[in-house]
Amino acid sequence: MHSVIEVSGVRKTYGKTVAVDEASFDVKQGEIFGLIGPNGAGKTTTMECIEGIRKPDRGTIAVLGLDPFRQVYKMQERIGVQLQQAQLQKRIKVWEAVDLWASLYGKKAVDAERLLEQLGLTDKRSAWFMNLSGGQKQRLFIALALINDPEVVFLDELTTGLDPQARHAIWDLVRSIRERGKTVFLTTHLMEEAERLCDRVAIMDHGRIIDIDSPEGLIRRHCPERTVVLTQDYESAGEHFEKIPQVESVIRDNQRFTIRGRGDDLVTEVIHCLSENDIRVTDFRTILPNLEDVFLKLTGRSIRE
Amino acid sequence: MMLRGIWKLTWIELKIFMREPLGAFGTIGVPVLIFLALGHVTNLRFGVPSPVASGLPPDNIPVLVAILIAISAVLSLVTIISIYREGGILKRLRATPLRPQTILSAHVIVKLLLTAATLALMFLAGRRYFPPGANVPWISLTIALLISTWSILSVGFIIASIVPTARFAQPVGAVILYPMIAICGLFVPISNLPPVLRSAAQVMPLTYAVRLLHGIWVGEGWLAHLGDVAALTVLFLLFTAISAKIFRWE
Repeated sequence: MHSVIEVSGVRKTYGKTVAVDEASFDVKQGEIFGLIGPNGAGKTTTMECIEGIRKPDRGTIAVLGLDPFRQVYKMQERIGVQLQQAQLQKRIKVWEAVDLWASLYGKKAVDAERLLEQLGLTDKRSAWFMNLSGGQKQRLFIALALINDPEVVFLDELTTGLDPQARHAIWDLVRSIRERGKTVFLTTHLMEEAERLCDRVAIMDHGRIIDIDSPEGLIRRHCPERTVVLTQDYESAGEHFEKIPQVESVIRDNQRFTIRGRGDDLVTEVIHCLSENDIRVTDFRTILPNLEDVFLKLTGRSIRE
Repeated sequence: MMLRGIWKLTWIELKIFMREPLGAFGTIGVPVLIFLALGHVTNLRFGVPSPVASGLPPDNIPVLVAILIAISAVLSLVTIISIYREGGILKRLRATPLRPQTILSAHVIVKLLLTAATLALMFLAGRRYFPPGANVPWISLTIALLISTWSILSVGFIIASIVPTARFAQPVGAVILYPMIAICGLFVPISNLPPVLRSAAQVMPLTYAVRLLHGIWVGEGWLAHLGDVAALTVLFLLFTAISAKIFRWE
């Protein structure tokens, strides 16, 4: 699969602050690529350099083979950009905004009514922007980003400020954009969003890209720890668990055992041990590390700090 | 190419304007009411000497109201620009084919259209003050006002360039623009002003706008005022060049 976005050695400073420091990565055709990290990590600046809004001090960027700065008009015909926290005119109607956006491109826009239907905005087509809910506004911004049938879609902090239900609906939408063969480049500081949505993520902190991989790959490489929590009342079960090679610690709290260890085999081995010794459990669950843990491991800080 | 979507946007902005009844009334209704009120209290009949001793010659009342219309248009444009900028919208829109220049141009067109509409309403409402059969040059006056507004807008762009936040746009604009009315020759002839104010008056579009509007109102014709039109154009170019240098998109 070929690269749609190529970023190489990009650096951007504001005075003495280094916003982006030697960022390099490729985004492949047809994938959902996430730039993740805490607020202020340099995600938005990186994205704005790729969109041609900002000029990097150093490094090269190519989007669909075009230079985002010198060939910005050519590029804009082929990309779609969702505007982070942007406001439209308070009293513009949904259909007017879509109609206006459709008129901005040299090529023929997609069928606006169908787009509104796909985004669940048909009922709201004559509603004023100010009367839309947060989720509806975001869906409108996605509609505007898709109106020119772009090859690459940029989504910046797409679900910030939305309730969980609206967030899940938006995630489904983003997946449907990928299903239409488009490439999605998004930024988020929500690790859950990145884990559920992205094919690959780049972790960014203090302007630097720390690592790039699929969410599963990052977790496997950086956080091999597995935890099994189970409840049972067999007296000497603890001894059996401690004999499992992958196990590092067993903590007992009355009937509840917390078994910690490393590697994907841990869970299987614990189940094996249970069946071999005929131990009956009343509760069994596994705790797997997630991207939050990866971030903590890589930076020594929680992403929420 | 650069201003793709401008007519659609202009039309949308006009519709949006009409969706705000209070704002629409403030922009169009208030100047008309001021005109009617001034006409009423001075009991004026144009062309007939006013029985009320007034500091403002009756011929200047339409000019004053026209200037007020122009200034209110400029102030609202300054506010719109600073609101857009404060929201980061002008910056973000650069990633889309909707150019900030398109937005600004659409707003300028809307302001000019509304200025013309207000003036037209003013004349319709004020017809009873004019002597029967009087030939009010309202088409010429409208054109003169559009040229004046256009030129005063360049001062608005400079104000929009220097105000830090949207909250300050209206007051800063008012503090800069309204005192200009005092020295633009409407109330005191320019030649009677102290030298400093006289020099200031000479670089204000308002001064030439007043002269042009007054001249057209009393029927002097365009030829007599080519100098004023030229001055308005030169000042427009000068101030636009300055604001292009200092304007911040974000």
